[in-house]
Amino acid sequence: MNFPIEVNNKVIVARKGETILEALTRNGLKVPTLCHMADLNPSGSCRMCVVEVEGKSNLITACSHPVEEWMKIKTHSPRVVNARKTNVELLLANHPDDCLYCERNGKCELQNFAEELNVRERRFQGKKNHHKTDPSGSSIVRDPAKCILCGRCVRTCDEVVGASTLGYIWRGNKTLIGPAFNRLINLSSCLTCGQCIMSCPTGALHEKRHSNDLQNALHSSDKHVVVQYSPTISVCITEEFGIKSGKDLYGLINSALRKTGFDKVFDASFSADLYVMELAAEFEHRLKSGGVLPMFSSDCPAWVKHVEQRHPDLIPNLSVCKSPQQMFGAIISSYYTKMFHIKLDDLYTVSAMPCTARKFESKREQMTQKGISDVDAVLTTREFAQFIKLNGIDTQQLEPEQADFPFHVQSSAGKLMGVSGGLTESLIRTLHFQITGKECNPPRINELRNIKDYKEYFIKIGDYKLGFAVANTIRYTDQIIKEIKEGRKDIHFIEVMACPFGCVNGGGQPFIKDGNTIKSRIKAIYENDEKDPIRFAHKNPSIIDLYKEFLGQPMSDLSQKLLHTSYKKREVSL
Amino acid sequence: MLLHMKLTIYKESDKGDVSRAERNSSMTEDKVSLLRRDTVIKPVIFIGAGTCGMVAGADKTIIAVENYLKEKKIDADVIETGCNGMCVHEPLMEVQLPGKQRLSFAKVTAQKTEYILDHILNYSVPEENVLGQYPHENLQPWENIINIYDLPFFKYQTRVVLRNCGFIDPYSIEEYEAWGGYLAMKRVLRKYSSDKVCEIIEESGLRGRGGGGYPTGHKWRMALNSPDDERYLICNGDESDPGAFMDRAIFEGDPHRLIEGIIIAAYAIKAKRAFVYIRASYSLAVERLKHAINEAVKAGYLGHDIQGSGFNLNIHIREGAGAFVCGEETALIASIEGKRGTPLPKPPYPVQRGLFGKPTVVNNVETLANVADIIDKGPSWFAETGTATSKGTKVFSISGKVKNTGMVEVAMGTSFRDIIYNIAGGIKNYKKLKAIQIGGPSGSCLPEESLDEIVDYESLKAADAMMGSGGIVVMDEDSCMVDIAKFFADFLQRESCGKCIPCREGSRRMHEILQNITRRPINEAGYETLERFKGVMQLENLAEVIRDTSLCGLGQTAPNSLLSAMKYFREEFEEHIFDRKCRSGVCRDLKIYFIDVDKCSGCIVCARKCPANAIIGSPRMPHFIVEEKCTGCGICFEVCKFGAVLVK
Repeated sequence: MNFPIEVNNKVIVARKGETILEALTRNGLKVPTLCHMADLNPSGSCRMCVVEVEGKSNLITACSHPVEEWMKIKTHSPRVVNARKTNVELLLANHPDDCLYCERNGKCELQNFAEELNVRERRFQGKKNHHKTDPSGSSIVRDPAKCILCGRCVRTCDEVVGASTLGYIWRGNKTLIGPAFNRLINLSSCLTCGQCIMSCPTGALHEKRHSNDLQNALHSSDKHVVVQYSPTISVCITEEFGIKSGKDLYGLINSALRKTGFDKVFDASFSADLYVMELAAEFEHRLKSGGVLPMFSSDCPAWVKHVEQRHPDLIPNLSVCKSPQQMFGAIISSYYTKMFHIKLDDLYTVSAMPCTARKFESKREQMTQKGISDVDAVLTTREFAQFIKLNGIDTQQLEPEQADFPFHVQSSAGKLMGVSGGLTESLIRTLHFQITGKECNPPRINELRNIKDYKEYFIKIGDYKLGFAVANTIRYTDQIIKEIKEGRKDIHFIEVMACPFGCVNGGGQPFIKDGNTIKSRIKAIYENDEKDPIRFAHKNPSIIDLYKEFLGQPMSDLSQKLLHTSYKKREVSL
Repeated sequence: MLLHMKLTIYKESDKGDVSRAERNSSMTEDKVSLLRRDTVIKPVIFIGAGTCGMVAGADKTIIAVENYLKEKKIDADVIETGCNGMCVHEPLMEVQLPGKQRLSFAKVTAQKTEYILDHILNYSVPEENVLGQYPHENLQPWENIINIYDLPFFKYQTRVVLRNCGFIDPYSIEEYEAWGGYLAMKRVLRKYSSDKVCEIIEESGLRGRGGGGYPTGHKWRMALNSPDDERYLICNGDESDPGAFMDRAIFEGDPHRLIEGIIIAAYAIKAKRAFVYIRASYSLAVERLKHAINEAVKAGYLGHDIQGSGFNLNIHIREGAGAFVCGEETALIASIEGKRGTPLPKPPYPVQRGLFGKPTVVNNVETLANVADIIDKGPSWFAETGTATSKGTKVFSISGKVKNTGMVEVAMGTSFRDIIYNIAGGIKNYKKLKAIQIGGPSGSCLPEESLDEIVDYESLKAADAMMGSGGIVVMDEDSCMVDIAKFFADFLQRESCGKCIPCREGSRRMHEILQNITRRPINEAGYETLERFKGVMQLENLAEVIRDTSLCGLGQTAPNSLLSAMKYFREEFEEHIFDRKCRSGVCRDLKIYFIDVDKCSGCIVCARKCPANAIIGSPRMPHFIVEEKCTGCGICFEVCKFGAVLVK
């Protein structure tokens, strides 16, 4: 039902049941918010969205109050603006005055509001809370001094991701956000997915930088620096390059990286294909030899950590395949170095990922050889874009180039892994060929392409009737895991991504405001799949060569040694 | 006045009670009269053993009484009652001898016990400590002893909720029943529909006693009309205002009245579970309430199919850790759910979506304690008392600089002048009244001119104050209003839950600004003065933004004390800021002590006593006070025999 409400002396149409904020936004009126998150219950903690409503003695929050028919609203009256400004000033009074040195300088919402509201003097001076940063995490650095306690990270961690690591500690003006008992983050149940960073309006949460010693390595003559970048990056970096989202820039990235000075540039679509090959082989093996089923995907390190700490009894269900990043690292430090006669000590492998958990993954004990990680530095998309800018590359004048030999060819199947459900689609394509000897036709599976929190797909391949489940964020695995523990048998493979929608919305991606950006990124990936001449991982000629010349076949002894890993139970405070 | 009223109440219920007692097969008329102590066969000694009494030494008195009885081999009953409101006279002891009226004694410490019992058990009235006697038709009065209800403290009160407090044994459900308890509940379960109960309460005009004053019947009706199949009732006993102890007195003195109210309210909203949220620090209250609930369960008043009506109810006690904000209903609900006690935005109100997402009615202890009487005596009886918009009575706890601190219950419409001068006996030590603070930290400071304001939700609101839960703190001329405002600002900044910005950050800055005003004026380098004035200039704006934008009631009312103090006592604030002077001498940082060199004999007493070592000088030579070191404690001023220490 629609009815008119009066906003700033003009009539606009509101819908019954929506909040004032929704009505205002739909009608093109912007009200500032700090704590509001679309799709989640309003928390009402920041008081930035207050508006003046006739007949109410106090200002009311637009984010939580439903519209009512009689309402006469003033969104920017002097009283409202003064209240917002005072609140921002109060926040700043307990905020370190170090914007120029802050991780979020220029991208900080608090900074923007201070600018918008014309805060030009320090009106409130007094004691500030002194907090130490927590640099212990392998992926996420917490700086409580910059925290404005909007609670977005807490709600993201709890209501979106389902990890419930972050929470409030103490109360009043000593309140703090952190892991349980204010322990260090590396001892907590943090999945390192980085969604909290994405939700943080200030610099209170940021990734651990790996880009600092990269510059040195790049300019040192005895280092051979190779870079692998995630296929998702090429569709997500567009905004950083000043291009509208929804395009695949992988050719441009190749040339930009070469200009930056990397010795070799590889697209990790290749290793995604390799991952699909190994995963399909392992799945087929489990299926035929009566192994532990359902098999869990292992490409998301946050999900792997979750299983290790919350469901250690289900570790045998996890696929033993390393993630694409680590597979590539292992292949580079074995096959590639042998081929080009590069000493292992001289090799410096960089990976650019849309993910903060990959930083944690590269430091996993099981991912190292003789104590040295296969991947030396992991950059997030944000660091990656910044690194390209730092090195003075004009992104407007780049010409598309191909990735380097011998991993220069990719299939679109690997690229699909950037979207939740994409891995299952690629896996079914390869599995179909392995079991029946025939290609899956059509390769496209629409049931896996809708944006749902949890989806199941059943298909008959050869003599097997198989069930696939896809969970969009860890929160939605609780139900299926419960069912499996209770004896459900019709699901054989479960794909889990810790981040909503998958890597396209990973914790290392550029900060975006627009809700449509994710959709256009997903669209770009699916469009690419339709266009690509190679749509199957097993048809990728580079992959075929690799198996022919080096690995033999999937699940061979060498494959198992290089590309497979193991897991162990983690003791953390849950 | 009260005497008559009280007697008429009892007479009225007397008549009904005989027949009611007959209906209740378990209680014969004899037993009722025994329980009501119309006749006693052996001496009964009542000791006011609420928390307030215990603190004053009632626990030791009880032991002394028991030892005395054992020693003298006297057969007598010792009964622990709650507090009757005369906190200033604690520990209270009352003695009823066979055939005689009940006699009340004040300040009976353990040492005094023997003296008083020696006299009274021999039917002679001791000269000291006698407070008064309780009138009774059939019992013989003591000669020359004042009727206790003729004491000014009781004379101007209208006691409905507190009627039984301090009078009956809180551990005995039978005694409560003998005074007509649980009859209203039985009648409701047998005869009334939920709808009818809501109607009666709506008609009575009962409003929330927790401070907001929302019509209780309407709240119940909203919950009853909600489509959900599950509803909850919460009794809010998280009384945390400094200087408020009304709920505690009800818990400790008359828990069954509350339980009866809860049963009726739960029936009215069709709730199967009720929660009593009570501060864990109220350990005695928790103990007595638990005991009372168990008794009510045993009597079949709680549990499954109560009194054959098909209505089920369980009461759960939830002990809160004592956070002030948990008195706010949404924070309280979060706390019961096991979450962090922080408020949620309203709407949705708890009656729409409350505990565990279900419609929930949150009522104050005093509100629920009123319910049984309204059902029993009818809504029109209740509406007789009070003003046009505020009906019934209100319990206040009075503390501060009055003679009779304690707990009083007055009819709505009583003026504060009556409460302070008639009931509480006026200001101690012949001082002048400066201000009264009502409503706790969220309330306001009213000046003497506002004394004629009456107890009424609307007129208090008009005077920029609020009813609050009912704490009154009386201040005399020795109190500094800046200091009071600072005290409440400090209380609130410590008790803020930390969720919303204005309350968390604002209340702290407000406190800091007030601290700056009362800070020692030494080292007033230009910058510091500037900073102090800057803060002062922001103070009012800051307070208004906090009030305008805070999430919950705590924040929205946090600046009330400050704003009202600034409104009514502005010159005192200005004195502090511009003249750096505190007229009442409370802000000791503003006092500057110095020594008159002509008068100083160099006796070195002050130098020796100074805790800050701020006084220098050699014997028989004039001394000096080093201003930078001086903390303004005033010890030198007190110890100087020559009047050489002066205050600026």
